[in-house]
Amino acid sequence: MTDAVNNTLQRLVPIFQDVLDDDSLAIDATTTAQDVDGWDSLAHIRLVVSIEKAFSLRFSAAEISELQNVGDMAALIVKKQTGA
Amino acid sequence: MNNLFQDLGWLQAAPSDFSHRLASVNAGNELRALAQYALDDNQLRKLAKKYSKLLADNAELSDLTPLTLGVISHSTTQLMTPALQASALRFGIALKTVEAPYDQLAHEAYSAESAFAGCKVNMVLVAADYHGLPLKPCPGDREAAETNVAECLAYLQAVTQSLRVKTGAQIILQNIAPPVELLSGSFEGRLPGTTAWLLQRLNSELDHLVADDLFIFDVAGLASTVGLANWHDLTLYNIGKLPFAQVFTPIYADYVCRILAARLGKSRRCLILDLDNTLWGGVIGDDGLEGILIGNGNPTGEAHLQLQQTILALRARGVVLAVSSKNEDAIARLPFREHPDMVLKEDHIAVFQANWSDKASNIRAIAQTLSLGLESMVFLDDNPVERLQVRRELPEVAVPELPEDPALFARVLAAAGYFEAITFSDEDRKRAAFYQDNAKRVEILSQSSDMDAYLRALDMEITLTPFDSVGRARIAQLISKSNQFNLTTKRYSEAEVKALESDPNYFTRQVRLKDCMGDNGMISVLICKKADGVWFIDTWLMSCRVLSRKVEDAVLQDLLAAAKSAAVSRLRGKYCPTSRNVIVKDHYKKLGFDKIGAVENEEVWQLNVCDYQALPLPMKFKYSL
Repeated sequence: MTDAVNNTLQRLVPIFQDVLDDDSLAIDATTTAQDVDGWDSLAHIRLVVSIEKAFSLRFSAAEISELQNVGDMAALIVKKQTGA
Repeated sequence: MNNLFQDLGWLQAAPSDFSHRLASVNAGNELRALAQYALDDNQLRKLAKKYSKLLADNAELSDLTPLTLGVISHSTTQLMTPALQASALRFGIALKTVEAPYDQLAHEAYSAESAFAGCKVNMVLVAADYHGLPLKPCPGDREAAETNVAECLAYLQAVTQSLRVKTGAQIILQNIAPPVELLSGSFEGRLPGTTAWLLQRLNSELDHLVADDLFIFDVAGLASTVGLANWHDLTLYNIGKLPFAQVFTPIYADYVCRILAARLGKSRRCLILDLDNTLWGGVIGDDGLEGILIGNGNPTGEAHLQLQQTILALRARGVVLAVSSKNEDAIARLPFREHPDMVLKEDHIAVFQANWSDKASNIRAIAQTLSLGLESMVFLDDNPVERLQVRRELPEVAVPELPEDPALFARVLAAAGYFEAITFSDEDRKRAAFYQDNAKRVEILSQSSDMDAYLRALDMEITLTPFDSVGRARIAQLISKSNQFNLTTKRYSEAEVKALESDPNYFTRQVRLKDCMGDNGMISVLICKKADGVWFIDTWLMSCRVLSRKVEDAVLQDLLAAAKSAAVSRLRGKYCPTSRNVIVKDHYKKLGFDKIGAVENEEVWQLNVCDYQALPLPMKFKYSL
């Protein structure tokens, strides 16, 4: 995992905690929706919206549907930021 | 202030320890206090979660007004309802929401079942949007276009009519924010049968549906204010059928709650103004008449002029104006009297407080002079320190945040929506003047040697009339708005008021009062249910601007005369305490009633008709039938 993805992961932690209203929520690259209480389809939309706002970018429906875990999300953010 | 509406820019920014403070909340007024911040969607959800928990735990929420709102939509509502509950707290409302299943408008309209059966909803929000309407674009075919508008209208009418019948609730129907895509450019709206044309026509037809129990929520207006291209988030719609971009949830919820609050009589009524650097640029005490900036020819002067024009327009809608300024009185009045470019004149100001006391004390004095509650007040001041002091001392008063640039003052004041109206009557137009006359009466009082002399000097004439069609709208308005002098706070719709006009089982009175200062208009309403031998006072309310004028004694004497001639021996009345009607706690006691019982927070009072000793009152009686 690159430093950029790792840094992005760190920035995602408080966003996940805020959206899912759990200050002690721990996530890492391998975390999936099944692992977290309350991460349902509507919470997923709220996560996407909050992440878009925090990183000032937009995702397409296709990009969102391909994500398997939090690591994928972080990698996608880095990819969109760097245009790589 | 780039995103004034999206970020609720008139509210204070949320504190960084919001979540921490939320954790220690355990009563209604604390929830309400936290709701006063500009909360984003995630914060609103947290607040709603806490509120739901307190509700489940039966916590002390009695200072909030309970209300149940049904929500039915063409789109996903689950992301919206927590924001509605949290925003309602901002207005002192304990909101319960009942959501109809996704996209069930047609089912609600055309089947006998209702998603709200057994829920006792007070109001229903019909959140229609263009995705769900039977729109059939037919560019260039005017006849088909007219037919299609009629079809869409009939569909929405069927939904609202069915909801009215099945739930008895008041309906809030939102109009339709049009899609952004304009294929023919500027010509789109002119070409019959395009989506833009159909929706323009439909929205204007919807305005004609407005009735006593049907309000139109102008979502199209909100969407165009923030920009339709921002409002419609097609990606989110495709993923989760979200009706609009999620970032607008806080402003959407605030707009809905303004309508709920207005319906509950919670709109604000009085605007208190700071002077230096608020109404004009500069400091009158230092800069003098020539030095202050107001009027055309200077950008800062124009900004303050625009604010004054907005304030004057609010006054024309019935908002009472007052001044609170740290100044010498004569100096503070100078611009009103002598500056040619001031559009606000001394005459427009009901109470003028210019002195060196703190602003909170002055606002209390203004509220007292006007007989208005603090929760009716808005305080406008450019100085953050003064705003802070007032917020801390008087949390009931609304204090908008103002940006540095005075060019935005008027826009922020309007955006905050403090004076949301659901009707506009003749009385509204005249209200500001009423309160001004009242302030003059307070002055006479301070000069009179005693109360009786003061009341005689007022030369009052009271008119008592049964409910009729002429008074209907104002009666309904008083019933929906009166919170303080209101014994039972029972609300009746205009249709229910109409039914009472011809109901032989009820004795009704609309009461008007004139005096030497002017006409107060209709100031009191009485509804009394007749039974054999005893009449029950169902509703007794009065405008607080005629407090201590013996109006209630006059109303009672009139009621007793009617009771006597119907051979009724006893009158009974109830006092149902709320957080706002403490003022009438001893109403029946003062009038000579005896307390005969108290059940579940309600007191029952009784008067034997023959025991009452009628004293002469300082007013002329006039009856018109």
